[in-house]
Amino acid sequence: MANGTAAGGANITQELVSNFKRERDSLRRQWVAQMTAQDYLAGLTSEEIESESATIYDTCVGCLETGSYEGAEEYALRMAERGVLRGMTTEQIIGGLLVLRDVYGRSLFRWYQQDMQKLSGALDTYEPVANKILAIVALAFIQEKERVVRQQQEAIRELSTPVLQVRDKMLVLPIIGMIDSQRARQLTEQLLIAVKENRAKVVIVDVTGVPAVDSKVANHLLQTIDAARLMGARAIITGLSPDVAQALVSIGVDVLRFNAVGNLQGGIEEADRILGYKIVVGPE
Amino acid sequence: MRVPILKQHDFLIASVQVGLIDAEWQQLRDDLSRKVGDYRSFGVIVDISSLDVLDSYATRTLRSIAYIAALRGAKTVIVGIQPDVAYSMVRLGLTLENIETALDLEDGLSILSAARKGGAGPE
Repeated sequence: MANGTAAGGANITQELVSNFKRERDSLRRQWVAQMTAQDYLAGLTSEEIESESATIYDTCVGCLETGSYEGAEEYALRMAERGVLRGMTTEQIIGGLLVLRDVYGRSLFRWYQQDMQKLSGALDTYEPVANKILAIVALAFIQEKERVVRQQQEAIRELSTPVLQVRDKMLVLPIIGMIDSQRARQLTEQLLIAVKENRAKVVIVDVTGVPAVDSKVANHLLQTIDAARLMGARAIITGLSPDVAQALVSIGVDVLRFNAVGNLQGGIEEADRILGYKIVVGPE
Repeated sequence: MRVPILKQHDFLIASVQVGLIDAEWQQLRDDLSRKVGDYRSFGVIVDISSLDVLDSYATRTLRSIAYIAALRGAKTVIVGIQPDVAYSMVRLGLTLENIETALDLEDGLSILSAARKGGAGPE
């Protein structure tokens, strides 16, 4: 290279890109063969393998050529979306890219093994790009998985907090599963809105399905009771299990504010009493 | 804005329509504590259903209205606390403990009427 060191970096990049482009087909076949050997391509048709591998190969070379990763980011997101939907594992995707990285790396050694200085220059140029692409893909996958998990949490949350009217002015709020702050907040909001819409006077919060209650959850429950009272409704907590009751007492929650009744039946009876309902067993 | 106070038989009704500044809350407190005596009212209803926020000063004033009225022989019901307001109040620890609350004016009136009937008076 006659232009000296300043242009050296750019030249080596150019040279690498043209090498990668020249050997595109043989390198890509090598890559696919290695991935097939490691069983990373399970569940993909041969056309898919063909087009995907070509796109990934070209996208990577494109990153090296232009120094811009937008194409890679965009493609990684799309791939993550499809991958997660089709149940591809992270191992398949990341493993596949690691293989591609090896294939590229090996070819560098093959081209420059005579010239150590050039080889190290080529590695200096190539390695950061390869690492960055791997990071982008891994991140895209994690983000996509997190998005799916959030979506499912959302769905579970919506399913799991019904507010039921069992009599005039009486609501039952059965809580199933763990309560975290976000869910507690949502529960309270739903309850308050239901109190307003149904003009409820008594609300029975049934926690039979709550496996554990810590001080945070206990405080949320107390807040819910207070908030319902501000809207003129009395809250009754039912279904506190022996374990939960013991835990609440030992962490020092102000348990008397709970208006607790043993089980849901008792809660409804207590609510009937407050509202002045009487159950009469008629003749057959 | 000075909150109008309506006399409805034995009860006084103050409906707060817009957010008030601290001085206006004081004004409401002073007006109510005076009128409870003037009209020898049995009960006071403060309707805050139009408010979508309630700060700690307003909450304290509502509490003092209730306590002052109690000392002057009247029962107070705070009505119309909206869901959002109720939730933010309890998160701030403002719970209006020992003070009667009701969903809306209608429920507030029936609470006061029930209390009136429970008393020694005729009717």
